[in-house]
Amino acid sequence: MIAVTVRSIERLGYNIIEAIASWGRSWIFLFKTLRAVLSLPISIGLVFRQVLEIGFNSLLVISLIGAFTGAVLAVQGEYTLSKFGADAWTGPMIALSLIRELAPVLTALMVIGRSGSAITAEIGIMKITEQIDALRSMAIDPIKYLMAPRLIAGVICMPLLMAVFTLVGIGGGYFVGTVLLNLNPGAFIQQIRAAVDMVDINSGLIKSTVFGFIFSWVSCYKGYTCGFGAVGVNKATTQSVVIASVSVLVVDYFLTSILTKLFY
Amino acid sequence: MTAAIKIRDLHKSFGSQVVLDGISLEIPTGKITTIVGPSGVGKSVLLKLIAGILTPEIGDILIFGENMAKMQSEKEKNSIRQRLGILFQGAALFDSISVYDNIAFPLKARGMKDRFEIHDRVTSVADSLSLTRYLFNLPQELSLGIRKRVGLARALISEPDIVLFDEPNTGLDPVVGQEVYDLIKFSKDRWGFTGVVISHELPEVFQVSDTVVMLLSGKIRASGSPEEFMRSEDAAVIQFMEGRKDGPIQIQ
Repeated sequence: MIAVTVRSIERLGYNIIEAIASWGRSWIFLFKTLRAVLSLPISIGLVFRQVLEIGFNSLLVISLIGAFTGAVLAVQGEYTLSKFGADAWTGPMIALSLIRELAPVLTALMVIGRSGSAITAEIGIMKITEQIDALRSMAIDPIKYLMAPRLIAGVICMPLLMAVFTLVGIGGGYFVGTVLLNLNPGAFIQQIRAAVDMVDINSGLIKSTVFGFIFSWVSCYKGYTCGFGAVGVNKATTQSVVIASVSVLVVDYFLTSILTKLFY
Repeated sequence: MTAAIKIRDLHKSFGSQVVLDGISLEIPTGKITTIVGPSGVGKSVLLKLIAGILTPEIGDILIFGENMAKMQSEKEKNSIRQRLGILFQGAALFDSISVYDNIAFPLKARGMKDRFEIHDRVTSVADSLSLTRYLFNLPQELSLGIRKRVGLARALISEPDIVLFDEPNTGLDPVVGQEVYDLIKFSKDRWGFTGVVISHELPEVFQVSDTVVMLLSGKIRASGSPEEFMRSEDAAVIQFMEGRKDGPIQIQ
C-alpha cells in the first residue's frame, strides 16, 4: 500500500517536472524559430507553399463553416430579437458576433483541426524517418527550413481566413435573414454599416494573428519533439490539436478583455 | 596511412543507458571501415556522432583534424558536414519532392544557383547509379531498393570526402542487397571517398570492407581486416558470424 502511494507520488512528481520542462523547451523552440525568421533570407517559395497548404487549401471548409454559422446566427438572432421587436438588428448582431468573436475563434479551431494536425504529423514523420537528421547532415537548419516558413504562413493566413469566414458568414446570414425570414435587405446591410466600427475589425484581426502564431508554434513544436514510431506521431498530433485549441480559447478570453479595455 | 576520422575515448549515454563506453578508433583515408555488432549496440549512434547530429558526453571526433565533438555551434559543424555524405537506413528521402529534387538538394543547400550545372551533376550521378528513369517520380512511388539508390545519389552528388552508410541493405532482399554492395564498390572506385559502413550482415558486408570493427557492450570487441575477422577465435565474433543464440552476446 505504501509502495503504491510512493510510486503514485513519484509518478505525479515526474509528470509535473516533465510538464514544466516541456513548457520551457517549447519557449526555447519558439525563440529559435523567431531567430530563424529574423535571420534573413527566408525562402519565399517555402513560405508560399505553406500559405497554399494552410490558407488556400482551407478556403472551402472555412467558407462552408462560415456560411452555416452566419445562417444559424440569423435564425437564432431573429428569433431572440423579434421578442423585443428588435429583429431589424439581426444584421449587426450577426456581423459583430462574427467579426469580434466567432470568426477568429472558429477559424482558428478549424485551421488547428485541419492544418495543425497535418503539420504536426508531417514534421513528426520527418523526424522518425530521419529526414530531419538528413537536413542537418546537409548543413541545413531544420528550424529555419521547416518551422520558420510555417510560423510565417500561419500568421499570414489566419487573419485572411478569418476575413473570408466573416464575409461568407455575413452572406449566409443575409441569405437566411432576407430570403427565408423576410428581413428587409436594405435595412440589414445599412444597420451593419452603421454598427460595425473599424475597432471591431481590428480587434478580430489582432485575435486572428495571435491565434495564427499559437497554432503554428504548437503544431511545429509538437511535431519536432514527437516520440518514436506511429504511437509517438499519434500522441503528438492529438496533443497538438488539444493544446492549440485550449490555448486559443484561453488566450481569446484574455485578449477580449484587454482589447475591450484598450479600444472601447 | 593518414586517418580521415580519429575517435578518442568516446562516451555516449541516453539517460541511465550507456551506449558507447570509451570507444577509440581510426578510420583510414580512402578506405572503407565497417562497424558491425548486434542490434542496439550503438552503431547508428556512432554514425550520428560522427555526423554531428548527436553530441558525446566525453571524447573527441577528429575529422580531417577538426574536432566535431567540441564544436558548439551548428555553423562550425556545418563546415565539416559539407565534406560528408550520409546514406540513411531508410534512405530518409524528402517525400514532398521528386527524386531529381532530392538528389539536387545538397547542391542547392550549398547555395549552387546555376541550374545547368545542377542539372548536369544530377543527371551524371543518376546515370552512374541507373536512376535516370526515376528522376521525376516521388520517393513513395519507388521500392526501398531504388530509394536507397536515390539516397546514395544524394549522398554522392556533392562529391564528399567521407560517406557514411547506415545499414545500407537493411530490409532488402539478397539480390537487391548485393546490388547495393556493388554500387558502394562502384561509387568508391568512381569517387574515391573514405567510407564508414554500419552493418550487421556478415559475411556479406566484408566484400566492401577494408577494415572491420565489432562493437559490443559499448566497447570495441574486435577489429581487423575481413580475413582476420573470418579467422578470429573470439567467442563473440564467432557467435555473431555464425548467428548462434548461445555465447557471450546476450539478446537484450
